[in-house]
Amino acid sequence: MMGTSQTDGRLLECTGVSRAFGAVQALYRVDFEVRRGEVMALVGDNGAGKSTLIKSIVGIHPFDEGEVRFEGKAVHIHGPRDAAHLGIEVVYQDLALADNLDVVANMFLGRERTHNVVVLNESSMERASREALDSLSVTTLKSVRQRVAGLSGGQRQAVAVAKSVMWDSKLVILDEPTAALGVAQTRQVLDLVRRLAEKNLGVVIISHNLHDVFDAADRITVLRLGQRVATLKTSETTQQEVVHAITAGTLDHVPGMADAPPIEA
Amino acid sequence: MTTGEAVSPADAPGSDETSPETLSGYAQLWWQGVKYGELGSLPIIVGLGVIVLIFGLLDDTFLTERNFTNLLLQMAAIATIAIGVVFVLLIGEIDLSVAFVSAVGGVVMTLLIRPEDPGWPWWLAIAIALLCTTAIGFVQALVITKAGVPSFVVTLSGLLVWSGVVLILTTQASEVGTIRIQDDTVIGIANDFLSDVQGWIVAVVVVAAFAILQVQTARTRRAGGLVAKPTVVMVLQTLGLAAVTFAAVWYANKDRGIPKVILILGVFLVFWSFIASRTRFGRHVYAVGGNAEASRRAGINVDRVRIAVFMIGGFMAGVGGIMLASRLRSVATNTGSGNLLLLVIAAAVIGGTSLFGGVGRVVSALYGALVIASIQNGMDLLGLASGTKFVITGLVLLGAVLVDAYAKRRRVARGMA
Repeated sequence: MMGTSQTDGRLLECTGVSRAFGAVQALYRVDFEVRRGEVMALVGDNGAGKSTLIKSIVGIHPFDEGEVRFEGKAVHIHGPRDAAHLGIEVVYQDLALADNLDVVANMFLGRERTHNVVVLNESSMERASREALDSLSVTTLKSVRQRVAGLSGGQRQAVAVAKSVMWDSKLVILDEPTAALGVAQTRQVLDLVRRLAEKNLGVVIISHNLHDVFDAADRITVLRLGQRVATLKTSETTQQEVVHAITAGTLDHVPGMADAPPIEA
Repeated sequence: MTTGEAVSPADAPGSDETSPETLSGYAQLWWQGVKYGELGSLPIIVGLGVIVLIFGLLDDTFLTERNFTNLLLQMAAIATIAIGVVFVLLIGEIDLSVAFVSAVGGVVMTLLIRPEDPGWPWWLAIAIALLCTTAIGFVQALVITKAGVPSFVVTLSGLLVWSGVVLILTTQASEVGTIRIQDDTVIGIANDFLSDVQGWIVAVVVVAAFAILQVQTARTRRAGGLVAKPTVVMVLQTLGLAAVTFAAVWYANKDRGIPKVILILGVFLVFWSFIASRTRFGRHVYAVGGNAEASRRAGINVDRVRIAVFMIGGFMAGVGGIMLASRLRSVATNTGSGNLLLLVIAAAVIGGTSLFGGVGRVVSALYGALVIASIQNGMDLLGLASGTKFVITGLVLLGAVLVDAYAKRRRVARGMA
């Protein structure tokens, strides 16, 4: 692995992080780690805490306790802006694209390039968009001046992903990137995910589809009822094992009762 | 989101086979767009043609030079106020208070320039009036964004409040409820005309500026290795603009000339088109209208954009109100009432601005105002009763909305909206 430092490629490390919403313990002492150049899948049943974990990492619902280290340094992320500043980008399920704008406008939304502060530099943005898409080998888009409204689900996903890597990002989190896609488009998006990892980015992919997970991910973190029940290497596990972890993985803690230290996995 | 004529690359969806680099490819892409519901300004051009044909046949005076300049005078204020409405519609909101806000602008200016009482200079009075209407937009937007009340309700109450303010101000200042304007500069705004030579100069400048902008845009795009508009299309568009502009100046010059107020409107049209299509702020306006949540996540201060847009709405309403006051040489208790509100919103919508936000161009204010003013003018010439005029205007608006809805269905059917 290249670009490694004193952290041996560890990009994001969450140690013993918890988050409660009132009486509901959404996350309880979760350990979660992503390395550079790897695709980490985050799986679990509905309500297992996948989305909460992501939202907490980017500071939308900050953790109640636990430690977050990014590139080896302890960080406190208080919102998406902090996260973006560190190089963490999230591609949400609803993609957050403006249908009425073209691909270029969407890719630069909120970070438009300008001549002398106010006037948009369309040429520069168009070229950079094209380059970003090309660097990810996205060939399905004929024109970056197309309105997003006219794109297919896979093309939209590609635009959203390309947008997230344009900003010198180091960690890209994808929330259910293949949920609404057909077979061929799912293939394209999973290839895209692999290419992100090849560019030495850390990638987190949330998915319900174990087929996709085994296809694209290097490691799998399984959450169950707000706790981490397993972290598995894709090459050393089976779908059955993952399904078992999702539905009946052993819980290390019972919140509010025994306050036993977390067991090393 | 490009400047210029009805046909722009943004209006033409991409296709696999055709290249937009050649004339035929460009035309093909445009026609493909039309078929799939990207109508652009086509309905307006067709609509205007029909209107001219109908009223031209029904009334001998409709197509005269005299009536043409009258039409321009009648259209100017509607188009001016409608520019602000376009911005408000672009972010997916509505402003029902614009007509009375424009009246507030007219009344405040008129009161301030009354001789001796206080007898302020015209420019100061206009500045204060515009400050007032912009501040009204600001306050209304503050309620909409900070209290989270729908703009429909806030501006509806604004409609009542500002109509009341107009009544209070006018009745306090004058027993009969009418205040005459005696300042020649202010009266001149909507009653003076450019000389023949001035008119020609303006026409030449407009066409030259358009041509230079086109060439420059194409040059920078080609220099950057990007697809640019074919030269033939640029030449044709420039020639088209030149034909329309020169014909208008020639015809108006046969009567009294191009009204000064049209020049003012033109400056505002160019300025706000530039803001909407070429600046970061303009981009954010479209983004907020298209997907407010995506804009928020992209780090755009959505509330600030909304507030700025309502301030633009208030400002342009003020400008339009001053034009109206100038044209009538007075303000009265009924200033801003009647169908002004409906006409300006109809103008923006008929011009092609979507009521659902995110779609439309500033110039649609001009197109819509031309249609609306032509219909009003033609019906006045025919001496139709008020009731009939309302019915017809309403049906035209309905027709425009139906065209929009049909076009949108075509886009949806193709998965384009």
